[in-house]
Amino acid sequence: MKEKQITPDFQVSLFTRMVLIRKFEEKIVALCRESYQLPGMQILANGQEAVATGVVSALEPEDIIVSNHRSHGHLLARGADLNSLMAEIMAKADGVNCGKAGTLHLSMPEINALMTSTVVGAGPPLAVGAAFAQQYQALNGVTVVFFGDGAAAEGSVHEAMNLSGIWKLPILFVCENNGWAGAQRPEEHSAVRQIHKRAQGYDMPGQSVDGNDVEAVYHLSLELLEYCRSGKGPAFMETLTYRMRGHGEQDHQHYVNPEELEAWALKCPIIRYRRALLNAGILDKAQIQSIEQDAEARVAAAVAFGDAGPYPESDTALTDVFVQAFNA
Amino acid sequence: MSQKTFGNAINDALSTAMDMDDTVFIAGEGVGVSIHLDSNMPTYGLLDKFGRRRVKDTPVSEAAIAGLAVGASCMGLRPVVEIMFFPFITLASDMLVNHAGKLRYMSGGKSSFPLTVRVKAGVGFGAGSQHSHNLEAWIAHSPGLKIVWPATVEDAKGLLLSAIFDPDPVIVVEDMMLYRMKGELPDRDFRTPLGKARVAVPGTDCTVIAYGMALYTAMKALEPLIEKGISCEVIDLRSLVPLDKTCILESVRKTGRLVVVHEANRFCGFGAELAAMVAEEAFHDLKGPVKRVGAPQIPVPVASSLEKVFIPGPEDVVRAVLETMNK
Ligand SMILES: Cc1ncc(C[n+]2csc(CCOP(=O)(O)OP(=O)(O)O)c2C)c(N)n1
Ligand SMILES: [Mg+2]
Repeated sequence: MKEKQITPDFQVSLFTRMVLIRKFEEKIVALCRESYQLPGMQILANGQEAVATGVVSALEPEDIIVSNHRSHGHLLARGADLNSLMAEIMAKADGVNCGKAGTLHLSMPEINALMTSTVVGAGPPLAVGAAFAQQYQALNGVTVVFFGDGAAAEGSVHEAMNLSGIWKLPILFVCENNGWAGAQRPEEHSAVRQIHKRAQGYDMPGQSVDGNDVEAVYHLSLELLEYCRSGKGPAFMETLTYRMRGHGEQDHQHYVNPEELEAWALKCPIIRYRRALLNAGILDKAQIQSIEQDAEARVAAAVAFGDAGPYPESDTALTDVFVQAFNA
Repeated sequence: MSQKTFGNAINDALSTAMDMDDTVFIAGEGVGVSIHLDSNMPTYGLLDKFGRRRVKDTPVSEAAIAGLAVGASCMGLRPVVEIMFFPFITLASDMLVNHAGKLRYMSGGKSSFPLTVRVKAGVGFGAGSQHSHNLEAWIAHSPGLKIVWPATVEDAKGLLLSAIFDPDPVIVVEDMMLYRMKGELPDRDFRTPLGKARVAVPGTDCTVIAYGMALYTAMKALEPLIEKGISCEVIDLRSLVPLDKTCILESVRKTGRLVVVHEANRFCGFGAELAAMVAEEAFHDLKGPVKRVGAPQIPVPVASSLEKVFIPGPEDVVRAVLETMNK
C-alpha cells in the first residue's frame, strides 16, 4: 500500500521522476532541431510532468495504464527502461516495440503500461476491457486511462464512462486538461467548462486538481484509486495543466497568446516543486544539480544506445501480425 | 491559368464553391484555426475569408462531424467536412455507411444527401498504422457512397467542385504527400466529371491502372519498361465509384493485359474489384494474368526500413508488368 504521509525520500523521488521526464523530452526536442531522423510526429508533454508523476506514483505494481499520443511521461514515471524507449522513438530494432511503434504507439505490457492508442478517445473503451478483466478475475488492480480534454469530446469516452459506471469497473479516468486540442481551445470543444462535472452524469466521483502540483495530484490519485479498488466503481480526475509546446514539434504555436504561455511558465511543475523542496530544506542546490546531471547522463546514455543500434531488418515488417503466422 | 500547388487547388475549389453558393459550408477539426501555418494546407485562410458561420472548427468528434454532414445535407445544405486522417473515418463510418449511403434508398428516393467528405490519406511519413491506412475499399464496398481520388493539381480542384455540387454523398481522398506538388490550374470554376477515368499515358502492350500517389509510382516504372521494349498505357482512375468501365475495358481490349497499382493492402483491396471486373467482361481479350500491386497484409510500421516494405514501389510495378507479359 502507498503511504498517505509523504516522506522526504518520496518527495525526492517525485522530483527526480519529473526531472527525468523533462530531460528525456528536452533531448527529443534537441534531436528534432538537429534534424535527426526521428520518424513521425514527436508529441511531448512538457509542462505536464506532474500529472504523469503524481498519478503513476500512486499506482500499485498490478495496476494497469492505458495511454494516449502524449505518453512518454506516463511510461517513464512507470519506470520504463530509458534505452529501449529512446531506441523505439528512433524506430530502432532494439526499441521496446521493435521499431514498429515509434513514438506514438508505445506499449510496454511488461510494466503494465498495457496499451497506447493515438486514435483520440480510444483509450477509455480499451480501459473498459482491461478493467473488466481485473474485475472478472477478482484481481486487486485498477486501470488508469490518460486522455486529453479534446478526447473528452469523443463519443467513445462517454460510452466508456457509462458502461464502467453501470458495471462498477475499477477505472480511474484521468483527463489531462492542458488547455488545447490541436489549435482548439476547451471552449470550442466542451460545452461544460469543468470536464470533471460530467462524472456526475455517470454516477462516479469526479474532481479536479491543480495538475502542476505533483503532491496534490498524488494525493487525489490515491484517494480515487482507493475508491476504485474498493469495488465502488470508476472515478474521474481532471488535471488542470498546460501544454507548453506545440501540439507536436512541427507546431510552432502561432495561435497561442504569448502572455498566456509566460503565465503558465511561471507555474512550471518542476520549478515549483524545486522551490518547495529547497524551502523545506529537503534538497539543497548541489543535490538538485546532481539529480539533474544524473538525469541528463541517463538520457545521453539512452541516445547513445539508440544511435548504436540497427534499424529493423526489412523482413521483420511481415512478422507479428498474428500469433501464429500463415501465408496469406 | 496559374501555377498552384495541389493544396492550393483544393483551397481554390472550396473557396470557389463557397463564393458561388451559400449552402456550402466547411467543418472539421482545425479547418479554421490550424496548428499548421502553411498556405499549402487545403483550408488555409478560409476562416478569414468566410467567417465562423461557414467555417466550423469542431471538437474531436468524427461521428458528430459526419452526422452533421448527413443531417445538414438532408436539409438542403452542401456540407464539406474533413476527416483528418483516413483511419479516423472508422469513427465516422456509422454515419457514412449506415446513413449517408442508405437513407436515400430507404426513403424510396425522397431524400438526398449532397455532402462531401474530404479525407487526408497517405503513407511514407513515419506516422504509423493509426494515421496511415487507406480504406478506400471499405467505402467502395458500401452502397450509396461515391469515392474519388485526384492525382493532379487540376483534378484536385475539378473533382472536389464536382463532388460538392453532386446530389449524392462523395468521399474525396487527398494524398497528403501531394499537397506541395505544383501544376497549372485554371482560375475559373471548372469540373472534372465524377466517373471519368483519364488515359495519362497512351501505350500498346499493357494497361496499368493507378490512382492518387500510386499513379506516380506507376509512372516511374515506365522508363525501365520502355528500355525493355514494353509500352504501357497508364490510366489515372480518378473515380473509384462510379467506375469508368468503358475507359478501362477499351484499354484492356487494346493491350490485352492489366496491372493495377494502389498503396492500400493488396488483399481484398480495390484492385481485386478491377481484376474481377476485367476477368468477367474482357476475359477473352486477355493475353496474360491480371496482376495487382499493393501493400502486404500488414499494418503500416513506423521505422522507415519497414515502411519501405509496405509501400509498393516502381520496381514492383515493373515486375508485375513483366510477369503478365511472361518475360
Ligand atoms: C480520432 C482522432 N481524431 C483526430 C486525431 C488527431 N489528433 C491527434 S491529437 C488531437 C488533439 C487531442 O487533444 P487532447 O485530447 O486534448 O490531447 P492533447 O493533444 O492536448 O494532449 C487530435 C485532434 C486523432 N489522433 N484521432
Ligand atoms: Mg488537450
